[in-house]
Amino acid sequence: MNEGNDLSLTIAHIVQRLKGSHLHSQIERQAKECLHQPEIKLESLKEDVRSFLKTSGWERKLQNAVYRELHVQLPLSHPIAPPEHLKEPLAYMRKAQASWEKRVLKSLNSMSSELGVPLARMRPAAEQKEITNKWNEMGTDEPDLSRFRPVYAPKDFLEVLISLQNPNYDSSEAVSSRSHWGLIHSPLNVRDIPQLRRSFSELNLTTGQLGIDDHAHIHPDLFESDYVQIGKKVVEDQDSAAAQQYSRRGCPTGLRADLWALILNSTNQPQDVMHYEQLKAGVIQHDLLVDKLIYKDVKLTASNDDYYFVFEDFLYQVLLCFSRDTAVLEHFKYNSATPPKAYVQGKVDDEECAVVYPPNGVIPFHGFSMYVAPLCYLYNEPSKLYSVFREMYIRFFFRLHSISSSPSGIVSLCLQFERLIQTHLPQLFYHLRQIGAQPLRIAFKWMVRAFSGYLSTDQLLLLWDRILGYDSLEIVAVLAAAVFAFRAENLMEVTSLASAEAVLADLSTLKVIPLIQIFLFATAI
Amino acid sequence: MLTHCAAALSSARLTGADDWLFHRHRFPVGGGAMAGKVKWVTDIEKSVLINNFEKRDWIQVSENEDWNFYWMSIQTIRNVFSVDTGYRLSDDQMVNHFPNHYELTRKDLMIKNIKRYRKELEKESSPLAEKDDNGKYIYLDFVPVTFMLPADYNLFVEEFRKNPSSTWIMKPCGKAQGKGIFLINKLSQIKKWSRDSRTSTFMAASSGKEAYVISLYIDNPLLIGGKKFDLRLYVLVTTYRPLKCYMYKLGFCRFCTVKYTPSTSELDNMFVHLTNVAIQKHGDDYNHVHGGKWTVSNLRLYLESTRGKEVTGRLFDQIHWIVVQSLKAVAPVMNNDKHCFECYGYDIIIDDKLKPWLIEVNASPSLTSSTANDRILKYNLINDTLNIVTPNGEIPDCRWNRSPPREALGNYQVLYDEEQAQSENAERDLRSRSGQSLGSKGTKGSAGVRVSAATWK
Repeated sequence: MNEGNDLSLTIAHIVQRLKGSHLHSQIERQAKECLHQPEIKLESLKEDVRSFLKTSGWERKLQNAVYRELHVQLPLSHPIAPPEHLKEPLAYMRKAQASWEKRVLKSLNSMSSELGVPLARMRPAAEQKEITNKWNEMGTDEPDLSRFRPVYAPKDFLEVLISLQNPNYDSSEAVSSRSHWGLIHSPLNVRDIPQLRRSFSELNLTTGQLGIDDHAHIHPDLFESDYVQIGKKVVEDQDSAAAQQYSRRGCPTGLRADLWALILNSTNQPQDVMHYEQLKAGVIQHDLLVDKLIYKDVKLTASNDDYYFVFEDFLYQVLLCFSRDTAVLEHFKYNSATPPKAYVQGKVDDEECAVVYPPNGVIPFHGFSMYVAPLCYLYNEPSKLYSVFREMYIRFFFRLHSISSSPSGIVSLCLQFERLIQTHLPQLFYHLRQIGAQPLRIAFKWMVRAFSGYLSTDQLLLLWDRILGYDSLEIVAVLAAAVFAFRAENLMEVTSLASAEAVLADLSTLKVIPLIQIFLFATAI
Repeated sequence: MLTHCAAALSSARLTGADDWLFHRHRFPVGGGAMAGKVKWVTDIEKSVLINNFEKRDWIQVSENEDWNFYWMSIQTIRNVFSVDTGYRLSDDQMVNHFPNHYELTRKDLMIKNIKRYRKELEKESSPLAEKDDNGKYIYLDFVPVTFMLPADYNLFVEEFRKNPSSTWIMKPCGKAQGKGIFLINKLSQIKKWSRDSRTSTFMAASSGKEAYVISLYIDNPLLIGGKKFDLRLYVLVTTYRPLKCYMYKLGFCRFCTVKYTPSTSELDNMFVHLTNVAIQKHGDDYNHVHGGKWTVSNLRLYLESTRGKEVTGRLFDQIHWIVVQSLKAVAPVMNNDKHCFECYGYDIIIDDKLKPWLIEVNASPSLTSSTANDRILKYNLINDTLNIVTPNGEIPDCRWNRSPPREALGNYQVLYDEEQAQSENAERDLRSRSGQSLGSKGTKGSAGVRVSAATWK
């Protein structure tokens, strides 16, 4: 298939996707209305309408919408490839994901039956009224959640990733320096440092960055004030692509909220506010078993966190609504995961009585709320916070707990992390392996949460700037390796997994950008 | 714990990451062995104090022996400087309070001094005393409207009648940690209180010992995550004349555990209104991991992200401004004893228009640690304080120059240095007389804030 065909396929796909959108009808209406304006001439109708749409900013909005489509979902490059290949091209990965889902669902079902709590129930009127009243202070409520436990924790998921085997790959060769010392055995293509240097070229040591305190050539204040000026212009221009490029070198604190919303094309239109209100109504009407899991998770994580406890109530307001949002289902077209199904009582296995459960198809696990928590520093309006989080989830975070071969998928990140350490810190890797402290066993929890809850918030936001800027989670694996490099000397002295974990227990003092820079650009290769 | 802070990468880029640890280790332990060791006493048995003294290899003695350094409670300082006991401090002795610190730290006296300070500035027709169209001070309106009770009762009634829907907060002058505080929104409540208190031992109005202040309650506080909070900032003063003060970078916000509702039906629920940890600890939702405390750097990050960098910068400038003004207000009446320094706990509330209000100043900010981070913070606070007031951990000399080198400041920043400000003012006067324009009519910025800003960079 040639490139021209490819392109026209993509265009057709995007046109198809945008056709039914709100933006489409808005632009159509604008185009109709502008016909009454004197500068629109019949003889040059097409050009005049076009230039009107351009000057009135609608063209930019369309560009941003197209840009978003390019980032969330691309059609398959081959027209006859089955749709599951869009989810995940490798059969053994699909299989592993399916059996993992089965386990998770089984665990959820058995919790439901053991505790006698239905998966979903209509709230009686009095209860609806009560929850409406305390919507803004759900954190003050202390229901007894001692019987509930998270469906799974990252370490359970890690065991599944460790057991992944490609049946077509012969890994029986004898242990040598070339063989892989790590826990991940899936043969995936991950980038080495020279390749990473090329793709993260803006992070090199001589380019001005936010997140480092000194600059090689320019005075930091000078760099920053110039850089902030550029940032203001980017926000003014409302161009998603420019915002994304800008974010690679970091977003200034005062502009970050706007820049991220722009990159994600999360515009918070009146219909988004309405959508959020509908989801809220859904929470008020129905009580779900997953609500308890969300509640429990927030109590176990964010409520005890020095940085995030303040936002406890916001987290409920976002996560409970998220669980009811069926718009999230769309991302399962390109997520290797498949939404779980529940059956109306007594009609098990009758496909017609099957409903997706929870309505958004995402079962939260221990730590899930940490995907939302850092965003609370940027948006103090729940509907805005919600739409940015949802977009972050369907673009990035879902990849951190689905089994796939995507370069941003958790399997690739684990493998990349292990390769980087094995290649560049072989002594350290060997030592840790000998004492039974596989590096991945320590770093996995960081990566599953994209470091949320481990770094100080300012540093975490600088890291997520780069995730958005490069439209990739690979930087997470690079940082995990860089943390090991930074603490290498101390890690070489430990003699057990527990003491290795102690050395790496507190990451809140780390400055992430210098760590990444030095690891990528100052490591000898 | 983390001795690996200097690990692996020694690049200069990474300094700062583990800064407080570096700081700890850099301290020249027991420096000045030749000059003898400092003999210390304290009547406050707190580990953050004792650990700091012991780290310096200082020697503990009893208060009846010769001592050089006494970290004392405010009850003890009263005796040390009382006329009866007639204690004379020698040149090598240092204490952690000024003799009449209560000019600042008693709610009624602080208000009295600030009111007097404003009047004096007005008399001098200082630009600082400028008023707006409503007759409010533009730069000096930083404490909520306050009256002494019972002395100013009539003035209070007059003010209350102007705005009968307002809520007021009653505080006993001499108590701390939220004790004896209550809210009122009806005159009848205060009448009842004055009737009751006159007959009880609760108050002897004539002696003034149990006097109250009544302040307009800030009913539009800035809420974060829907919750009310106040700021606790630490300020070190080493001399009042000339004024030299330092702001500690690691202050924190104290959050209420219960959602804030301005409705009057909740007036009795003190958890909603008071942020003192001592009160909050009794709430059901008190969390022992973070203790409802949020660092000032979190607050700054949140405000810069949601409101922008400029307004956030302005807020913090204003906070520094009101601290300096409060100290200037008491400087003329303070007994500037050369054996003294003091570390104050400033309580500040920010309203929803991002205006900071000074609520009160504490002479003995709590050294009790409610969480692990709290312990680290308070240990460092004492450590940095000692590094400034007892340079190199040597035996104090009350004639010390009070100009610590910048490396010794730790987490303190110079907030205001009157000497330096004056010399810079003189320089500026010289320049402006020689025809160079100032370029700014900034009355507000005045030397203080600008000087300090320059010092911090």
